[in-house]
Amino acid sequence: MKRYELIEHTADMGLAAYGKDLAGAFANAAYGMFSIIAELEEVKEVESRRIEINEDDAESLLFEWLNSLLYYFDVETIIFKKFDIMEFGEGHLKADCCGEKYDASRHHLKTGIKSATYHMLEVDRAKNRVQVIFDV
Amino acid sequence: MPKWSGKLEKVDDFRWRIPKSYKPGMRVDGLIYTDEGMLPHILEEQALEQVANVAFLPGIVGYSLAMPDIHWGYGFAIGGVAAMRVSDGVVSPGGVGFDINCGVRIMRTNLVKEEVTPKIKTLIDAIFYAVPSGLGSKGAIKLRSGEIDEVLIKGSRWAVGKGYGNKEDLETTEENGEMKGADPSRVSGRAKERGTPQLGTLGSGNHFLEVAVVDEIYETEIAEAMGIERVGQVMLYVHCGSRGLGHQVADDYIKVMLQSMPKYGIQVPDRQLACVPVKSQEGQAYLAAMRCAANYAWANRQCITHWVREAFCRVMGISERDAGLELIYDVTHNIAKIEDHTVNGKIEKLCVHRKGATRAFPAGHPDIPKQYASVGQPILIPGDMGRTSYILAGTEKAMQETFGSTCHGAGRLQSRAAAKRAASGRDVLASLEAKGIQIRAGSLPGLAEEAPEAYKDVGDVVRVAHGAGISKKVARTRPIAVVKG
Repeated sequence: MKRYELIEHTADMGLAAYGKDLAGAFANAAYGMFSIIAELEEVKEVESRRIEINEDDAESLLFEWLNSLLYYFDVETIIFKKFDIMEFGEGHLKADCCGEKYDASRHHLKTGIKSATYHMLEVDRAKNRVQVIFDV
Repeated sequence: MPKWSGKLEKVDDFRWRIPKSYKPGMRVDGLIYTDEGMLPHILEEQALEQVANVAFLPGIVGYSLAMPDIHWGYGFAIGGVAAMRVSDGVVSPGGVGFDINCGVRIMRTNLVKEEVTPKIKTLIDAIFYAVPSGLGSKGAIKLRSGEIDEVLIKGSRWAVGKGYGNKEDLETTEENGEMKGADPSRVSGRAKERGTPQLGTLGSGNHFLEVAVVDEIYETEIAEAMGIERVGQVMLYVHCGSRGLGHQVADDYIKVMLQSMPKYGIQVPDRQLACVPVKSQEGQAYLAAMRCAANYAWANRQCITHWVREAFCRVMGISERDAGLELIYDVTHNIAKIEDHTVNGKIEKLCVHRKGATRAFPAGHPDIPKQYASVGQPILIPGDMGRTSYILAGTEKAMQETFGSTCHGAGRLQSRAAAKRAASGRDVLASLEAKGIQIRAGSLPGLAEEAPEAYKDVGDVVRVAHGAGISKKVARTRPIAVVKG
């Protein structure tokens, strides 16, 4: 099954991600986001961060999930590639995220993402599909 | 993406109206500045739906406006201007965007193209080396604990105090590079953590540094007041914003607004338009945090300006004074400001959102630098890497029609993916070099996304702004070397 596909948007960029369940779609959305940012083949799984988020609904959870990962990328320069979502509910998520700190000598960064946005943000519980547009 | 097929009425050669009867809930009409040539592209996407959606917001006055570089954004269209009454209107972080105070500045020089071209490769290498750019770059500025709060309050003045630039730079920066009413206690720890290591970095995407040459002057007198004296004169551009700090402020407050909207009985057609009353506690907190992010961006551009000047003087073997490296002006593209405007013959306090739009105040306005009092505020409109950029001046007509606003750039024509399919980064590099434009870029795919062909010709955009009278053409420049973030 396809993990994610890019959505074209004039000024920005977005993606639709799929999963066996909604948690899987959230994990694949994060993977897709970091695939836009960097060549993930070059990234090892050596750094891990536990992320826990509580929000009012699934849409806000998706927004906050992706933006929290961008926060770690900005502050700790970690490029994440593996997302193990251990707990997942309508407004709750707990995950172990693995990746590696950016190393200019080995990693190729591609497109910067400023933020996930609420524009066209969708969480389809029936199809286990999520959609998000990024400000790039 | 379906074509937009809403209601649109031609007003004149430069203005189209979306009547509020198009969608129940629109409080005012939409007004789009464009022409027959550019309109078909605008209709291919959903930007005009976004103009109509913004017209729903409480307290909006005049029109939901779209500048000539309008394109499809998130929530608000890019190139959108919306003014809300402070008394009963709203403020929306989506109407400012994630890159708060993304903006551009331009410095003049005393040098001409023939003096700079022989050293252009060394010069652009030196600038590329001096200014950290691209994704993942860290700044050279080390802030002591708590010092970020000073940056957020003082903006450019903090930078000048640290030796980055001079006090004349403050006079020629919008808001003097220091927006009042900034309160660092309204900025989250996360935002400060993101901003602290990134101060003094260009970032990526459409951010750039450019060495350009004046290639046409339209208004000699106005140009002279701005220090633009001759064709061939070398100019330096800096375009960047508030980095992760601004993005986090926007994230934080969109969430606050979504949670608070029900309390104020506000409903919006797109969550990205989340808003609260300007006068509410949440609205005031956002404005105080947004001003901090704006000040951070001005401090950022001020530090970068200093390094560009140093690199320029070193390579050209000239002192800063002899080089005449004066800041013509610095404008912000993404901001919300409380301003006085005349509405139905009465002066009202408005919260003017400019999302990918530039302030365009006329001659005589008290908020513009004294040296421009008789000519109007300089407006800087960067184009793409391969073609031209423009310097315009603000007009009275902009005050009457657009709350003193105009366009901010070329506006994208192609998606980033389409641009990458059309040409590789290497192709783009080669074709620009063939045109005599040196490029330094951190990322080749990033460069492909920013190919000139991905943008509208900024000349078309400026023709509409000038034709409609919401700004006046003063001069045009062409790039000879560009650093892409």
